[in-house]
Amino acid sequence: MHYETFDHESDIGIRGFGGTIAEAFENVAVALYSVMVNVHRVRPKERRIVKVSAPDRELLLVEWLNALLSQSDIERMVFSKFEVKINDTSLIGTAWGEMLDRERHQPHVEVKGATYHMLSVQERDNVYVAQCVVDV
Amino acid sequence: MDPNSFNKINDYLWEIPQKGEMRVPGRIFASEKLIREMDEKVREQVTNVAMLPGIQIASMAMPDAHWGYGFPIGGVAAFDPDEDGIISMGGVGFDISCGVRTMKTGLTREVVMPRLQRLTDQFYTGVPAGVGSEGLIKLSPTQLDEMLEGGAAWAVKKGYGTKDDLEYIEEHGRVDGAEPDFVSETAKKRQYREMGTLGSGNHYLEVQVVADIYDEQAALAMGLKKNDVVISVHCGSRGLGHQIGTDYLKSLAYTLQKYKITIKDRELACAPINSTEGQKYFGAMSAGINCALANRQIITHLVREIFTGVFPEGHIKMLYDISHNTCKVETHVVHGKKKMLFVHRKGATRSFGPGQIDLPQEYRHIGQPVLIGGTMGTSSYILVGTEEGMNLAFGSACHGAGRAMSRTQAKKKWHGRDVVRELEEQGVMVRGHSYSGIAEEAPESYKDVTEVVDASHHANLARKVARVKPMACVKG
Repeated sequence: MHYETFDHESDIGIRGFGGTIAEAFENVAVALYSVMVNVHRVRPKERRIVKVSAPDRELLLVEWLNALLSQSDIERMVFSKFEVKINDTSLIGTAWGEMLDRERHQPHVEVKGATYHMLSVQERDNVYVAQCVVDV
Repeated sequence: MDPNSFNKINDYLWEIPQKGEMRVPGRIFASEKLIREMDEKVREQVTNVAMLPGIQIASMAMPDAHWGYGFPIGGVAAFDPDEDGIISMGGVGFDISCGVRTMKTGLTREVVMPRLQRLTDQFYTGVPAGVGSEGLIKLSPTQLDEMLEGGAAWAVKKGYGTKDDLEYIEEHGRVDGAEPDFVSETAKKRQYREMGTLGSGNHYLEVQVVADIYDEQAALAMGLKKNDVVISVHCGSRGLGHQIGTDYLKSLAYTLQKYKITIKDRELACAPINSTEGQKYFGAMSAGINCALANRQIITHLVREIFTGVFPEGHIKMLYDISHNTCKVETHVVHGKKKMLFVHRKGATRSFGPGQIDLPQEYRHIGQPVLIGGTMGTSSYILVGTEEGMNLAFGSACHGAGRAMSRTQAKKKWHGRDVVRELEEQGVMVRGHSYSGIAEEAPESYKDVTEVVDASHHANLARKVARVKPMACVKG
């Protein structure tokens, strides 16, 4: 599994794994959408680009996730496939998805925002892990 | 937490003595049982908040306190701008001014029961709810700014509700100090199509019946009798509020170094009230409050139209509207002196006592109604603020019970359809936009709100007036 969610009291944690930080960021984004909808049923039909920057890679993770949430809310879209390029303190992300279709995507719950709680971007045995708790 | 690790002031008040970097003591209002059940993080977070500049009297936690982002949920803290007091995004949260509005119907359970299914179905289709739902009203950028400035008063001017409704909302449905210019374009873009939507998760619209009256005099003043049917809505400031939270968590977290504020947890994300950043957050957050109030006002209009369509003999009248994620400017007495303070209530409800000018005329002798939501299958409560509560906790009380198990565990344990069926067997009609959402909201996944309400009552924060039971529930 390249991504997972984990329990955290009233809210939910999301986690992405990868051989690089960028890959971990791509996979934690899938985890984010898995909280909101049945992500396996989201077709990567349309492409959106997101650009963010932050003083460190952990804050960059929060920026990335929150930028995706804003984009989703504004356009009523959900995403399932991502490509991330990180350059030190800035990130360009491409997200593929489609307009939200309740019947098809079986929405669960809205995510209000990515938080700083349990926020970490670390390497363990050559695997990068990016995680945080999201407020639902 | 171990009760013996606190200074027990009385059976319902536990103190963390002021020491180290704390500027004031910590005060947790709870029964001994609730203290034992509270997670250790509550102590840590109450202590962290006690270290913030300008904090007055104590860093407080309500009987439903649990771990939160920076502040505990159920956290209350007031700051004096004249003492370098701060304003904190962590003390407000992402869902700015999430709250509960309760409306009276003028009808009894016997009259409503035969048409309850039709009513519930119409609420389900008529009030937009759930992930990605769109409001029936779309705003232009100019109208959105007007809404952010005008709150529920703006909504009434636009024809959503009556002027009388505004009397029964905190600060008459509109807070001063809202600055639409400090709300980002992204936040506004998220809201153009979201006005009058319920949201999802633990948000709801419920048809309820008054099951018990505990305080006859207060119930009389509120116009409540046993078997009366009321309707409650629980929702907040939607995408705009969430975005303001996100935007300012970032900008305030980044400015901590500038003001040399040392905090143990960057989720406390704060700035001096008298600073550019602090003023900007206050202006944006106040706009968020107005957005939540306008949102609930529009939903009230929808509820009224739908309800009177099914019950032409009924009449929707406001009981009250409370908010529980706010920072408000209020006057309180501190060590004998009247002070203007910035009172943060994070997952805590304003609970003003008798005599307060902000209250509508007919409640002034009893105090402010405090609406505490339960779960789909259990009771909700109506309380009233007390004078003691004004002195003890800046007129604040709990907001509801926290979760007893995580959403993931709840989803594993229950299927949404089974939860619906069980509730229907108990006589509660449920309509939801997401079965997995319903599973996560299963009644047993929450702690018992009765304990929390009883503790608030015994702690003198608020006094029990009535218990209401759900008849029907619409979830997002």
